[in-house]
Amino acid sequence: MNVSKEELLHIADLSDLIIEENEVNEYLKNLQEILEFANAINSVQTDDLDITIGANEAKNVFRKDEVKEFDNTQGLLQNAPSLELNMFKIPKVVQ
Amino acid sequence: MNITDLTVHELQEKLENNELKITDITKAYVDRIAEKEPQVEAFLTTLTDEAIEQAEDLQSKKEKGELEGNLAGIPIGIKDNICTKGVKTTCGSKILENFVSPYDATVMEKINTENLINLGKLNMDEFAMGSSTENSAFKITKNPWDLSKVPGGSSGGSAAAVAANMVPWALGSDTGGSIRQPASLCGVVGLKPTYGLVSRYGLVAYASSLDQIGPITKDVTDCAMLLNVIAGHDEKDSTSVNVFEKDYVKALTGNIKGLKIGVPKEFFGDGINEEVKESLEKTIEKYKELGVEIEEFSLDIANYALASYYVIADAEASSNLGRFDGIRYTYRSPNATSLEDIFKKSRSEGFGAEVKRRIILGTYVLSSGYYDAYYKKAQKVRTLIMNEFNKGFEKYDVILTPTSPTTAFGIGEKTKNPLEMYLSDICTVSVNVAGLPGISIPVGVDSNGLPIGMQLIGKKFDEETILNTAFAMEREIKFREKFRPEFK
Repeated sequence: MNVSKEELLHIADLSDLIIEENEVNEYLKNLQEILEFANAINSVQTDDLDITIGANEAKNVFRKDEVKEFDNTQGLLQNAPSLELNMFKIPKVVQ
Repeated sequence: MNITDLTVHELQEKLENNELKITDITKAYVDRIAEKEPQVEAFLTTLTDEAIEQAEDLQSKKEKGELEGNLAGIPIGIKDNICTKGVKTTCGSKILENFVSPYDATVMEKINTENLINLGKLNMDEFAMGSSTENSAFKITKNPWDLSKVPGGSSGGSAAAVAANMVPWALGSDTGGSIRQPASLCGVVGLKPTYGLVSRYGLVAYASSLDQIGPITKDVTDCAMLLNVIAGHDEKDSTSVNVFEKDYVKALTGNIKGLKIGVPKEFFGDGINEEVKESLEKTIEKYKELGVEIEEFSLDIANYALASYYVIADAEASSNLGRFDGIRYTYRSPNATSLEDIFKKSRSEGFGAEVKRRIILGTYVLSSGYYDAYYKKAQKVRTLIMNEFNKGFEKYDVILTPTSPTTAFGIGEKTKNPLEMYLSDICTVSVNVAGLPGISIPVGVDSNGLPIGMQLIGKKFDEETILNTAFAMEREIKFREKFRPEFK
């Protein structure tokens, strides 16, 4: 299965990543090689098997939906690249 | 007495009978870091001033009889993807270069409760993606046994710091071998616990169904001691399992007579270095002398385990790393003008090449048209791998393999070919895929004096058996009495 340049750029777009023109060939080559290697799984017979999502038995873990105070709001906010009035600041999105 | 050369259980004894003060130990480590860090470059953040202050405080409490906990005052180093309140947690990534965690990971809360002293945060492959620590955005950590070689990865900073006596022990994380492989390459002990034994709360997620935090230590006793500290159910991690609390040190009897070990012949095939094979064959003979029943069997999963691992891990990573958006706590590109621009430019400038590669591969295998062929198929193969291990464990108590197909390789040797780097994990990934516990201990050195590691794989939540099996061989081989890194 060959990955095309258009496909790569579409996937990068879905991933919110920019691939520069001069990086395209290297990404294509790496992606191709890794996918070819990953194709090893297709030589395995798995028709009768269920999928495994997690390492242990899949069961729901319930807890009460209680509000708990987080006592370090300043610690949270100090990591933001841009703040105003204790809120995360982004460029205008509604015209 | 060379304080930094002692194991933690030796330090603990000397603290108990007042042969050493808490401050003596911390100061010795601070001096050792000043001496060796310029050569090894294992730390991303050092906390030496804070550590000395904490040691003085603990020592004065001890003298007043107010200090509790038998590990109080022992230093430790922490891999930089484990959140430490008020201290930078960068994951080796430019995108988190200035991130100061506002909270402690559950393992850090446990470590703080024991009054362990954090000496600093240790280097790693960016977001734990890599097998050599060369994917760190900040520095290349060197292997203390040979400074031109990699320490392995992704917990390369943790393993190198322990090997170089810059910390007495450390925490790492293991998604496909990231504790065991660097432990093997640096000649120290590394344990990946059963999935669910240790809380992942506050571990920056790479592949959530595979990640586990675990100890990297000088010997097996220290490993059991640190596992005692970090293991346990945590309501903040819904995948952590409520198992009966154990004292792993008590499991270390050294008596393994009658134990059954299975040796999967496929793990000794092509691609495994001859010297690694020879060393393990000698170790197997020693086990026989100790009264262990050893049998060769077939566990033909290595290749497709690795393939399914990269599909599953990258799929999970592509989702987990979606949170790094340039808005709340990450690097924001100064070139961004719109919101979409912030996402795309911040991520493209903030992530390194390997991280981007894995996000793209992960997005690809989850995308419409490829989901069934790759992701769903890999999840079925995961079931098969679990079944194969279960079959093995019907017959054997422990499965023995090499930890790494080779000893430490050269810096720059595998960076150009991602796939070749992935093959470094061929012996370790299946353990994560199946959620099992695995330990690596050093069993010898190759003709260049580089350490060789043995991996012991156990049944789920049976860390006791692999720890004791490792302990018995450690007493037999006496690796630390014979070999030490030379910083050449």
